[in-house]
Amino acid sequence: MAVAPPRKGENWELRQQLNSEYRDKRADAIKRVIANHTIGKDCSGLFPDVVKNMQTDDLEQKKLVYLYLMNYAKTQPELVILAVNTFVKTAALCVAKVFDLKPELCIEYGFIETLRDLIGDGNPMVVANAVTALADIHEAAQSLSETANGSGSANLFIIDQATLAKLLVALNECSEWGRIAILSTLARYKASDSEESEHICERVMPQFQHNNAAVVLGAVKVIMIHIKHVHREDLLKSLTRKMAPPLVTLISSPPEVQWVALRNINLLLQKRPDILANEMRVFFCKYNDPPYVKVEKLEIMVRLASEKNVDTLLGELKEYASEVDVDFVRKAVRAVGQVAIKIDTAAERCVGVLMDLIETRVSYVVQEAVIVLKDIFRRYPHSYEGIIPTLCANLDELDEPEAKASLIWIIGEYAEKIENADELLGTFLEAFKEESYPVQLQTLTAIVKLFLKKPDESQAIVQRVLQAATKDCDNADVRDRAYIYWRLLSSDPAAAKAVVLSVRPPISLPQTTVAPAILEELLGEISSLASVYHKPAATFIGKGRLGAEEMAKRTVETEDEVSREKALQTVVAGQQAENLLDFDADDDVPPKVSGWAIASAAKASNPLDELMDLFSTASMNVPAQTPGAPMAMNATGGGMAGWEWI
Amino acid sequence: MASLVAILDVKGKSLIQRSYRDDVPPSYIERFLPLVLDMEEENVQVTPCFTDEGINYMHIRHNNLYLLALSKRNSNAAEIIFFLHRLCAVLSEYFKELEEESIRDNFVIIYELLDEMMDFGYPQTTESKILQEYITQESHKLEVQVRPPMAVTNAVSWRSEGIRYRKNEVFLDVVESVNLLVNASGNVIRSEILGAVKMKCYLSGMPELRLGLNDKVMFESTGRAARGKSIEMEDVKFHQCVRLSRFENDRTISFIPPDGEFELMSYRLSTPVKPLVWVEASVESHRGSRVEYMVKVRGQFKRRSTANNVEIYVPVPDDADSPKFRIKQLGGGRDYLMRAHFGLPSVRNEELDKRAPISVKFEIPYFTVSGIQVRYLKIVEKSGYSALPWVRYLCVNGDDYVLRTITDAKASSIIAPL
Repeated sequence: MAVAPPRKGENWELRQQLNSEYRDKRADAIKRVIANHTIGKDCSGLFPDVVKNMQTDDLEQKKLVYLYLMNYAKTQPELVILAVNTFVKTAALCVAKVFDLKPELCIEYGFIETLRDLIGDGNPMVVANAVTALADIHEAAQSLSETANGSGSANLFIIDQATLAKLLVALNECSEWGRIAILSTLARYKASDSEESEHICERVMPQFQHNNAAVVLGAVKVIMIHIKHVHREDLLKSLTRKMAPPLVTLISSPPEVQWVALRNINLLLQKRPDILANEMRVFFCKYNDPPYVKVEKLEIMVRLASEKNVDTLLGELKEYASEVDVDFVRKAVRAVGQVAIKIDTAAERCVGVLMDLIETRVSYVVQEAVIVLKDIFRRYPHSYEGIIPTLCANLDELDEPEAKASLIWIIGEYAEKIENADELLGTFLEAFKEESYPVQLQTLTAIVKLFLKKPDESQAIVQRVLQAATKDCDNADVRDRAYIYWRLLSSDPAAAKAVVLSVRPPISLPQTTVAPAILEELLGEISSLASVYHKPAATFIGKGRLGAEEMAKRTVETEDEVSREKALQTVVAGQQAENLLDFDADDDVPPKVSGWAIASAAKASNPLDELMDLFSTASMNVPAQTPGAPMAMNATGGGMAGWEWI
Repeated sequence: MASLVAILDVKGKSLIQRSYRDDVPPSYIERFLPLVLDMEEENVQVTPCFTDEGINYMHIRHNNLYLLALSKRNSNAAEIIFFLHRLCAVLSEYFKELEEESIRDNFVIIYELLDEMMDFGYPQTTESKILQEYITQESHKLEVQVRPPMAVTNAVSWRSEGIRYRKNEVFLDVVESVNLLVNASGNVIRSEILGAVKMKCYLSGMPELRLGLNDKVMFESTGRAARGKSIEMEDVKFHQCVRLSRFENDRTISFIPPDGEFELMSYRLSTPVKPLVWVEASVESHRGSRVEYMVKVRGQFKRRSTANNVEIYVPVPDDADSPKFRIKQLGGGRDYLMRAHFGLPSVRNEELDKRAPISVKFEIPYFTVSGIQVRYLKIVEKSGYSALPWVRYLCVNGDDYVLRTITDAKASSIIAPL
C-alpha cells in the first residue's frame, strides 16, 4: 500500500480532486472513488486522502467516507482506529467493530463496561444494539481464546438477574431486529429456579405474534430452552398449545424462509412430536413448491403420520408419485415405505398403494417401490408373500442396481415359497459379470440361501455362482464373501445355515435423525445455521470439520458412559474400513458416514446390536442424509444378508 | 450475522457487494455459483443455506438475481434469510422493479441503503418508509442537508414526528384469500383462509389507535355476549408497531401506526370453507385427433354478491397455451358453461401428463368468508382532532386455489369438480 502512486492516471486525478478546496468537487471525487471500487478497481492507495474528507458537517459526505472506510479497513487498521474516534459515538456496535480490529484496546479503554451500562439505557434501540454488540464481542472473544490456547477464556458478557429484567422490558419495545438479539441473549441465560423460567416463558410468549419469522423462531428457541424447568401444568399446556399456530403460519412465508422454518420444525418434532400432531395437512406439497421445500415437507409428514391421518397421507403420497419430478416421486414412494414401517396397522394399505404404483409401470416408480417393499418384508416377515409373483413379473423393468438387488434379496429370502426361484436367479447369474457389485453380492447370497433351503434342486447353480464370484469377479468384497460361503458350505453346512439364514433383528423407523445429546444442543440453537443443517456448529465453523473422534467425545461426555465410547469406536472403525473398500465413495463420504454412525451409536449399549441395527435402518434414513451422496455398499458381518445403503 | 452481502446476476457475477466484516474475503462470492452448479450436477438438493470450507452461503432468489450473504460463524439463518427478503422488498420499492438494470443505475444509493439496513452484519432499519425519508432517490442532487429522522433511534422507530395532514383519514382494507385443494375425486382435502388487514394511514402527529374486531377470544375473555357472529382466528401476526403484550393480556390491538400504507396484521383460519366458485370440468380426448373440454362454473355464494374477473385455467397438453376461461362478472348462484375443442397432431409424446392442476382466480368485493368485522377504530391524538376511518372488505382466491386432475385423461373422464 505504501507504494507512491504515479503522478498520472485516474487515481492521481482523484487525489487532486479529493484535496480540492471546493466542497462539491471533493464530494464528487468520493463518489467516483466508490464507483471505481464497485467495478473492481483498486482504490486503497487513496486511503489517507479520503479519510481527510471525514471532517465535514455534510452528513452525505460523511456516509460516503464511512462506506469507503469499511471497505478498506483491513488494509490500514491503524488508521481506522484513529478514524473511528472522530465518528460520532452513535452506535454501540462501533465497540464491537473496534474489538474485531484490536481487542486489547477495547478492554483497556473500558468500552465494554460502557456497553454493559448501556443495557440499562432508557431507549430500547440502544439496549438492543448494546446487547448485539456484547453478544458479538462475547462470541469473538471465545473463538479468540480458543485460538490462543485457552489463555483466560474471559466471559465478557455475563447475564445476571438485573440484566435479565432490563432485557425483558426492552424486548417489548425495541425494533424487530433488536428483539432477535435480545431473544438470542435470553436463550443463553441460565435461570436460577423454575419460577424464573416460567417468568421468562410468559414474557416471551407474546413474541409468537410477530410477523418477522426470525423473531418467532427466536421466541421458540427461548421457550424450548426454558420450558425444561417449567413445572406449572397450565403454563406447560398453554406453551405447547400456543407454539403450533405460529409455526404453521411460517409455512405460508416465501420459500427460503419456509425452508428454514421446516428444518427447525423437523428438529422440534423429534423432541416434541405432539406439538403439530393435528396439523399434517398444512405440510401437503404445492405443485409449484421448490424441490428443497417439498423434500422437507415430505419428511415432516412422515413424522406426523399416525393411525388417525394415515389414509389422507397415503392418498397424498400416491398423488405425488404421479408428478413429473423424478427425484421427488422417488422420495414420495420411499415415504410410503416409511409409513408402513412406522404404523403397523397401516402396513397393508401401504402395500396396496405400492402395488397400485407398480401397476403404473413407470420405470422409476416400479424400481423405487421394489426397494421400499424389501424394507417392508424385513419389517413384517412372511406377511405379504402374496405379492411376490407380481414383483417377479416386473423383473425385466428393473435396470437400477439398487432395485435389482432388492428384488434378488426378496427372492432369496423367500426361495422356498417361489417355485421358479432357481430360474429367476439363474437369469441374474447369466449376466453376472456385467452386473454391478451390489447386485453380484446379492445374487451370490440369494443363491446360497436357495441352496440351503432347497439343496436338491440347486446344487448346480450354487456351484456356478461360487465359481463365477471367485474366478471372474474383480471386486474383493464379492470374492471374499464367495470364499467364506464356499468354505462354510463345504465344511459345515449346519454352520452355514446358522450364519446365512440367521434371524435378523426387525427394522424400525428411528424417532430422531441425530443423537439425543446433539438434538438438545441443536434445539438450544433454533433458527441458527446449526439447527438448519442439523449439525453442531463445531462441525462447520472454526477449525473446520470436527473429527469423528472429537464428535464421539462430545457425545460421550454428555452421556457419560464408557461403554458407549467403545461401541462407538467399533462402529466408526468398521464404517471407515468399509469405505476404504468402496470404489465409488468420494472424499466426502467418510465424515458423513461416521457422523451418522455416531449418531445412532450413542443410543446403543451393545456395539454389535447397534451395528446390525445401524445397517438395517440406514436406508430408512436416506432423506436425513445429504441427498445424492454416492451410494456406498456395506457388506459386513458374515451372516448378514442385510446389506444396506448409507 | 452476515459478514458480506452481495447481489449476483444469473451468471454468478457480483453486481454489487458490501463487506460488513473482514473475516470473509469477497473472493468467496465468485465461488457461489460454481458450488451451486456442482451440487446440481451431482444431484444434490440446492438449499437456501449451505456450507463449504468453513464459509456459510445463505441466499434467496429474486427474478434473475441471487441475493447472497456470507458468514463464517454459526449465524442466525432465519434472521439473515428474512433480512434478504426485506432487502429485496426495500430495493423493489425504491426502483419499482429489482433487476440487473436498476442495480447498475443506482450503485451509490444501494450502497447507502446497504449501509443503513445493516451494521457490522446485524440488521438495523429495514422499514422502507423510514429509509425513504433520509435516503432519497436523488440524494446526490439535493441542496438541503438531510438529517436522519429521529425515528431511527426513537422508541417508535417506524414513525417520524411532526407529520401533518389537512384532512385526517384512515383506510382499512380487509382482504381474505382462500386457499383450497380439491383432490381428483372432488373432495376438499385442505382449505384455509389467509386474511390481512391493510391500512392506509394519513394522520397527523403521533396518534394512538385501537382496533376492535369481532374476535371470539376477546368476547369470551371479557364475558361480553357477542352481538352477531364472532370469529376465531387461529394465528395472528402483527406489524411491529402493535403492542404484543397488550394483545396477549386482553386481546386489545393498540398501536401507533407508521405513516402511509402498511399491513397491520395478518391472520389465518383453517375452518372448512365451502368452495365459493365451483368448477366441474370434463375432458374428452380422442387420441391422435382432437380433444374436447367442457367446463362448468357456478358461483356458490349469496345472490346479492358478485365475483369479478373470474379466470379458470385448465391444463392442456404441453404444446398448447393454456386456455383461460374468463368471466367478467359471476353472479351468486349462477352457472356458466364453456365448450372448447382442439385439433391435435397425430404424433403424440407418450408421457404427456404435466401435473398442473386447474386453478381459479376471482375477487368478491364487500364480502369475507370468515365473517370478520371491524367493530371500531378509535383514534386518539393529543391535539384532539377527529379523524375518519373507512373500511372495505374483499375476498379473493389465494395462491393455492386449485383442483387436481386425474393422471390419465381417458375418454370422457371428469377431471374433477371444485
